[in-house]
Amino acid sequence: MSASKFSNPVVRWIDHRLPIFSFLEHEANEYPTPKNLNYFWNFGSLAGISLVIMIVTGITLAMSYTAHVDYAFESVERIMRDVNHGWLLRYIHMNGASFFFIVVFIHIFRGLYYGSYKAPRELLWMLGVVILLLMMATAFMGYVLPWGQMSFWGATVITNLFSAIPFVGESIVTWLWGGFSVDNPTLNRFFALHYLMPFLIVGVVILHLVALHRFGSNNPLGIDTRGPQDTLPFHPYYTIKDFFGLSVFLTFLAAAVFFFPNFLGHPDNYIPADPLQTPAHIVPEWYFLPFYAILRAVPDKLGGVLAMFGAIAILFVLPWLDRSPVRSARFRPLFKIFFWILVIDCIVLGYVGAKPAEGMYLLVGRVATVWYFVHFLAILPLLSVIETPRPLPQSISTPVFGGGGGLAGAVAAPKEKL
Amino acid sequence: MRKLILCLAGLMMVGPALAAGGGDVVLKHKDWSFSGPFGSFDQAAMQRGFQAYVEVCSGCHSLDYVSFRNLADLGYNEAEIKAIAAQYEVEDGPNDDGDMFMRAALPADRFPAPYPNKNAARAANNGAYPPDLSLIAKARANGPDYLYSLLTSYVDAPGDKEVPDGMYYNSAYSGHLIAMPQPLYGDDVTYADGADSSVEAISADLVSFFAWTAEPALEKRKRTGVAVVAFLLILSAMSFGAMRFIWADVKK
Ligand code: HEC
Ligand code: HEM
Repeated sequence: MSASKFSNPVVRWIDHRLPIFSFLEHEANEYPTPKNLNYFWNFGSLAGISLVIMIVTGITLAMSYTAHVDYAFESVERIMRDVNHGWLLRYIHMNGASFFFIVVFIHIFRGLYYGSYKAPRELLWMLGVVILLLMMATAFMGYVLPWGQMSFWGATVITNLFSAIPFVGESIVTWLWGGFSVDNPTLNRFFALHYLMPFLIVGVVILHLVALHRFGSNNPLGIDTRGPQDTLPFHPYYTIKDFFGLSVFLTFLAAAVFFFPNFLGHPDNYIPADPLQTPAHIVPEWYFLPFYAILRAVPDKLGGVLAMFGAIAILFVLPWLDRSPVRSARFRPLFKIFFWILVIDCIVLGYVGAKPAEGMYLLVGRVATVWYFVHFLAILPLLSVIETPRPLPQSISTPVFGGGGGLAGAVAAPKEKL
Repeated sequence: MRKLILCLAGLMMVGPALAAGGGDVVLKHKDWSFSGPFGSFDQAAMQRGFQAYVEVCSGCHSLDYVSFRNLADLGYNEAEIKAIAAQYEVEDGPNDDGDMFMRAALPADRFPAPYPNKNAARAANNGAYPPDLSLIAKARANGPDYLYSLLTSYVDAPGDKEVPDGMYYNSAYSGHLIAMPQPLYGDDVTYADGADSSVEAISADLVSFFAWTAEPALEKRKRTGVAVVAFLLILSAMSFGAMRFIWADVKK
């Protein structure tokens, strides 16, 4: 770390004592990034920016929001009508949550496709799953805050799930509610937690980035970089590419916010919460629908809850379920097919989650749920054994296929790092 | 891999559409002036709708989130708004003696509700609660079309359908039995501008009015949106150019 790296004397003086400039230089300017990343690698930075957008709009909303059952709905309406540009803040926050999930889901499926969860990036992947869980909790509690009909009944249904826990279930639910039903204490604590959790996410995101910068990004070929000919400095190559991705993302977000702000929402949430009147269909936000389908697919309440949480928990152990040394689906013909089946399976689950749990929907939901677990617990371990991967290129910059040799190299590569 | 985006986009479109599905009724569709990215409110229609709300609906339905001053959006000037407000009485206080008192409403006041509370509203309407109408256009799937259909679909019940006392047959209402008596019969209001006062015309005017009460910032939102999206499209094109320029020397 030579201070002479910087010509500005003030920067040099500070950097000598507090090496933040060296740190930034190292992380942004020198940080070597594979040169073959495709647009799916844009979604990480988009997720980070979504988080910032949520925090900024959230804090400004909180300045005019009142967390009390008698005033919450009205305070949101005041934000929409009387606060300067309050409608804009609220619609960005509302649609921003949906876009955040779209981005994160694509980010996760990117990882699944290109095997980004494999050695040496297991912890990086697991930290990502932690972020997903925290996001889900945050969004769930945020949706309760406007205190509309869906807020109230969604909160009632989901918190009631914990009553499935044997022996202590009922007491846990009472403890969560701070009373004997979803009421003012519940709203208050949900607001406190909704304010807190995004900052926990920021913390985990920092760990996620530290882990990322240890080995750098994976890439569409799924092979390790072999030297400077395979990489580019992050700046300016990926800063400009991320900036382009951001512009496109913001265009979509703006189109939703300004032209279809309530498209992803439920009309019932414009009816103030009424504990005496249950809506005809209680449906969660769209991003929870696949999990909701899994929950309802299991006839037993406790079983349903376990399956729902299991669907996420399984992602934690994914690096040890898929033992194939080849990362990218590009070189795994069978894996690739099953990957797309999994994508369709998740979409089917989302579709079923929006429908009443009866008849055909229930049956389809059950099949899709079983398939989800079969994919992770049976197919992936099996594929690691029976699948013959296609030959891997020798390096990113030499797209020459080295026959069996390339594969051997790839097998050796992760081991080196262990 | 590109398919992934399409699939996820598909999921996101399908989910809420399914969740919000109206069920057993087919709605009458109209091309509202306020729909579409360039949509805007029709002030004359809103003024007529406002008159119809005051003269027909306000006896049963409140309009809690609207203040008299908001009527400026309908094209009324300050003096007109003061005069409209002055026709209402609101409770104020306590005064120096500690008593509540009634006074004429001011532009800053909200529309007074017809009933002091929910129970009073129920008691006066056979046990059914006439909901607040400020947000009604957003609180139902396809709000504007639904409202229009509801108000224009009081038809004779089919022979085999039994309509209990205090209930009315409406082919647009889910379940077809509603506790609201038919509010419009045609010529219920006399419009100063001599506009059509058939049931359909008044209903359409009411929809224009309620679209505004539900989303007063709609025009501003869409106008801002056109500028913002145009800016972002240009920004996207320019950053794409910059990206191509910077990446030009990278060997694939
Ligand atoms: C005599 C009192 C009365 C009048 C006048 C009246 N309503 Fe109603 N309205 C009701 C009642 C009662 C309900 C509740 C119906 C139910 O729950 O079955 C209702 C329900 C509604 C609903 C909700 C329907 C739904 O989907 O749940 C709308 C919208 C509505 N009224 C609009 C209007 C409009 C617009 C007018 C003026 C043209 C009007 N009402 C005049 C009593 C009235
Ligand atoms: C991970 C980031 C976040 C997510 C995913 C998220 C999600 C949500 C969601 C889904 C809603 C309901 C929107 C609606 O339907 O009206 C909401 C409301 C709200 N959020 Fe957040 N939020 C985040 C961060 C924050 C932060 C940091 C704050 C700061 C205090 C905040 C404050 C609020 C407030 C005050 C509301 C109620 C107002 C409203 O409903 O529009 N949020 N949030």
